[in-house]
Amino acid sequence: MEDYKVINDYLMIRLPEEIDHHESLTISARADRYIMSGRVENIVFDFERTTFMDSSGVGIILGRYRKIACFGGKVYAVNADSRIRRILLMSGLEGIVEIMEPKKKCGEVKQ
Amino acid sequence: MIEIVEKREIREVSNEARVEFAAVSDNEAFARMAVAAFIMPLNPTLEELSDVKTAVSEAVTNAVIHGYENRCDRNDKVSMTCRLRGDELEVEISDRGVGIGDVEAAMTPMYTTRPELERSGMGFAFMEAFMDELEVRSEPGRGTSVRMCRKIGMTPWIAGEE
Ligand SMILES: Nc1ncnc2c1ncn2[C@@H]1O[C@H](COP(=O)(O)OP(=O)(O)OP(=O)(O)O)[C@@H](O)[C@H]1O
Ligand SMILES: [Mg+2]
Repeated sequence: MEDYKVINDYLMIRLPEEIDHHESLTISARADRYIMSGRVENIVFDFERTTFMDSSGVGIILGRYRKIACFGGKVYAVNADSRIRRILLMSGLEGIVEIMEPKKKCGEVKQ
Repeated sequence: MIEIVEKREIREVSNEARVEFAAVSDNEAFARMAVAAFIMPLNPTLEELSDVKTAVSEAVTNAVIHGYENRCDRNDKVSMTCRLRGDELEVEISDRGVGIGDVEAAMTPMYTTRPELERSGMGFAFMEAFMDELEVRSEPGRGTSVRMCRKIGMTPWIAGEE
C-alpha cells in the first residue's frame, strides 16, 4: 500500500514496492483526489520502498505534473535507486521532475 | 505483416515453459514473477532480473492495454513462452488482439496511441534497452507477438550509472 500525507502544500506519496500498470491506476486516482481538494500545490514521489517500476510510473509522474504545473506546482522524486533514476532519465523527465540525490543504492545486496 | 529482426542465433533449447493467462492487469505481476522463477537456476544478477522483469512487464501491459483495448475481459488471453538456450533466455509474449498497423512507428520512443490512459510511449524503448534482442511481429486484426532475448549470468559489471 502507498501512503499519502499533506505537509503545507506538498503532497508526499510513499510509493509501493512495485509500480506497474495495475498499481498505477489506484495511485493516480488517489493522488488526483488530493490535487482536486485544492490543498496541494507540489508533489513529492518517495521511492524509498520501491524496487520495481516500469513505464507506468513515468505515466503517473507525467500525468500528475500536467495537473499541477499550470498552477506553478513542482514534482520531486526522492530516494529513487539508480535503476529508477535511469528510467526517469530515459523518459526525458529530467526537466519535469526534480530528482533528489539518492540515499539507497540499487544492488546494495551483492549476491 | 511487418517483421523487425535485429539479430538471431540458433542454439539448442534446454528448457521451456509456457503460461497462458487472462488479459487483466493483475496478471502483469504474475508474468514478472513467472519469468523471474524461470531464470533463477541461472543465478541472474539483480540487474539482469530487474531488466527481464521490466521488459516482460512492458510487453504484457501492452497486450492488456493495447492488444485487448483495456477491456479486462477474462476470456482474452495472453501467452508467455520462456525458453533457455544455454545461458540465453528467450521470452515470447503474444496476444490475439487488435494488432499494430505500423510496427516501426509504434516502436519509436514516446509514440503512443493512448495518451488519455497516461501511457508515455516508452514501453518498446525499455524492452529494447533492457534486452539484447527484440523482435515484434504483428498483424492488424490478428494480434501481436513480441520476442525478446537476454543472456543471463554473463553481464560484465558496469561501473557507475547513467
Ligand atoms: N500488443 C499490442 N497490441 C496492439 N498495439 C500495441 C501493442 N503493443 C504496443 N502497441 C502500440 O504501440 C504503441 C507503443 O507502445 P509502447 O509500449 O512503446 O508505448 P505505450 O504502451 O503507448 O506507452 P507506455 O508503454 O510508456 O505506457 C502503443 O501506444 C500501441 O499503439
Ligand atoms: Mg507500453
